[in-house]
Amino acid sequence: MDLNILWFWIVGFFFIGYFVLDGFDFGVGMALPFLGRDDIDRRVMINTIGPVWDMNETWLIVAGASLFAAFPEWYATLFSGFYLALLLILLALIARGVSFEYRHHRPESRWKKWFDGMIVVGSVVPALLWGVAFANIVQGVALDSGHNYTGTLFDLLNPYALLGGLTTLLLFFTHGVVFISLKTDGDLRLRARKLAVRSGALTIIVAAVFLLWTNLANGQVASWPLAILAAVLLIASFFANLRGRERYAFSLMAGTIAVAVASLFAALFPDVMPASNDVANSLTIANASSTPYTLSVMSWVAVAVLPFVLAYQAYTYWVFRKRITRASMPEDTQPRSDSPSASAPVLGG
Amino acid sequence: MNDILSPLVLSQWQFGLTTIYHFLFIPITIGMATTTAVFQTAWYRTAKVKYLQLTQFFGKIFLINFAMGVVTGIVQEFQFGMNWSTYSRFVGDVFGAPLAMEGLLAFFLEATFIGLWIFGWDKLPKGVHLATIWVTAAGTILSAYFILAANAFMQNPVGFRINEARGRAELTDIWAVLTNKVSLASFPHTITASFMVSAALVICIAAWHLARQQNLDTMRPAIIFAMWTMIGAGILTVLTGDQLGLVMVQTQPMKMAAAEAAYNTVSGSDASFSIFTLGTPDGVNELFSIRIPYLLSFLSTHTLTGTVEGINDLQAQYRTLYGPGNYAPVVWATYWSFRWMIGLGMLSVLLSAVGLWLMRKGRLPKNAWVWRIAVWAFPLPLAAMIVGWIFTEMGRQPWIVFSLLKTSDGVSPNLTGLDVLISIVAFTLIYGILAVVEFRLLKRAAQKGPEGAPLSDASEAPTATVTVY
Repeated sequence: MDLNILWFWIVGFFFIGYFVLDGFDFGVGMALPFLGRDDIDRRVMINTIGPVWDMNETWLIVAGASLFAAFPEWYATLFSGFYLALLLILLALIARGVSFEYRHHRPESRWKKWFDGMIVVGSVVPALLWGVAFANIVQGVALDSGHNYTGTLFDLLNPYALLGGLTTLLLFFTHGVVFISLKTDGDLRLRARKLAVRSGALTIIVAAVFLLWTNLANGQVASWPLAILAAVLLIASFFANLRGRERYAFSLMAGTIAVAVASLFAALFPDVMPASNDVANSLTIANASSTPYTLSVMSWVAVAVLPFVLAYQAYTYWVFRKRITRASMPEDTQPRSDSPSASAPVLGG
Repeated sequence: MNDILSPLVLSQWQFGLTTIYHFLFIPITIGMATTTAVFQTAWYRTAKVKYLQLTQFFGKIFLINFAMGVVTGIVQEFQFGMNWSTYSRFVGDVFGAPLAMEGLLAFFLEATFIGLWIFGWDKLPKGVHLATIWVTAAGTILSAYFILAANAFMQNPVGFRINEARGRAELTDIWAVLTNKVSLASFPHTITASFMVSAALVICIAAWHLARQQNLDTMRPAIIFAMWTMIGAGILTVLTGDQLGLVMVQTQPMKMAAAEAAYNTVSGSDASFSIFTLGTPDGVNELFSIRIPYLLSFLSTHTLTGTVEGINDLQAQYRTLYGPGNYAPVVWATYWSFRWMIGLGMLSVLLSAVGLWLMRKGRLPKNAWVWRIAVWAFPLPLAAMIVGWIFTEMGRQPWIVFSLLKTSDGVSPNLTGLDVLISIVAFTLIYGILAVVEFRLLKRAAQKGPEGAPLSDASEAPTATVTVY
């Protein structure tokens, strides 16, 4: 196998890691208004991802940097082409990240509500736009002969891409809600399970349509079975959740996202950025990649470092394996003026 | 007007603004991670409560900063592709590798172990927990190494060849890139300067409490430690800066000429260093200046008889080498930023020396002005670093990669002025708001002082403030 094909899959691996891991962070953020009945609930939810969201987000930085190092042309075309969409993602990630850290610094409910809102928006926007971006990559966009994107932000918001965005949004939402049921206890855990059933059913329908559309339009030999496997895992996760098997439900959701993203990469192969207007302008694995020397250097680094990274990240999840309860939340230093009615459960039973 | 709204000019402003903003948090993160680790080590070894209090107190200050460094850092990585796609296509084969290594080797470490540290107080054995803050600190320093190696390629490209057919630079020697003589000099310079910044922050906070005669048992050792750090790091910063200057003369003589606004080649006693100039520093209308003979020669070559090439001669050389064009940076900016960097850094060290003398043998100054100066001197080393970077990067112009690619040729061709205007306004707004929030939180946390000591036993799990969000 050529090194650039290997790196196509390594970049895919980093994006899969990012979506599986930060995916449930987004889901937890989006679920705040659905499951957080009071400030303690919301603190419990945020603390389920407290120790890990930063390292999960780092997968994006590594995915982006690997893209830059292994496929400079792909990185350049994608990032300059999807300029405004990426700007929105960046602003959302900034808002979300500082909110996790800042919300607990003051006890006033107005202060916390403000940052809770930023967490929700900061989770919804990337969850939606990453799907839009990847659907557009697979579908192909207009490129000129210098491989520069010639469309606008609104060209990216086509029906197929929006369906892709809705798919990632729902996948991440359900993923996060299942994660909450796995990591909390008591009433919150039960409500999370119920919500995961409802959102899971909706996710199955939307994801099935999107994966079918993807494969009918751009299907490859490898993308079909992967898409079918993703659908099977998603349905299995739904039933595992229905039977209260939280560990299985979460693992199967993680598997669903991993295999679904892999099927998108398989559908893309051997292109990396197909041009919808003229095939000659397409970026492929061959014409977008770095030199074999650079790729071999990067391969050695990845081989040497990744086992350690995976080991210490797994260790971190092991250290924080315990469920988080309302009782484990220490009192705020000042009395709260929160009332339970401040939260508005929309779907949560 | 058309010029001001060009994607190029706006992208330059955006990169400059977002990078400076991001960098406000970097030296504090690097320095405070290590400072916190030092305090925690002191607690680990002595079991004295005051060191636990210091660890938690400055750890909290560190974390408020860390969040901002993380989120503004993603913007930096994305911007190369977003605004500088032609640059990215040109250098990606070389420049991407250190960035990817930074992510794999350093960012993963930092981001994982900071989580273990924040939330691991009551879950990890004491020794393991101490190790997590040291690993975090090592991660911050390691990331500085890789990003400075990437930056050094822009200052002094090495380890590559030009592929004319592909129109790009291609990596031929990763070791040369990672041991670029510019990065070997700029890395220790940046790290020691970062320790000056964190020392100034500790001094500022401790002085505020000492002025009010409160928390003496913790704030006194903290300020003494920080003032010694400032002096030690300050001396090292001068020495490493001297090395960096020598390398700069070899690799980018135009930058050194611009730093001194030296238009004509000079040598020996004529190669004087002007500490202060009144008039325009363009060499024509000099009204008054304080000059030290030989110093420029010494700084540039470490000899008294060295020759320092002037802007005009270099300009002529570069025209023959690279074709018509202006190869000089904005001279007034490089001239003054170079001086402010040195002046502000020296002043910080001087103030710490005075402070140590005033606090000798257990003395606590009564004069309110002493404390006021100690508090308000906080921005000096940070400002010195910022102007130092402005000098480094503006002194590189008009090149984006020295001698290979001009900044004006690196910008994304498909961006409109409106695109970049939207993003620059958006970044300015959100960064502006966050700056206010961040500053208030820092001030609040700093003025609150260390939490009360655990009542029973020094080795008890500490208060919950840092354990959960």
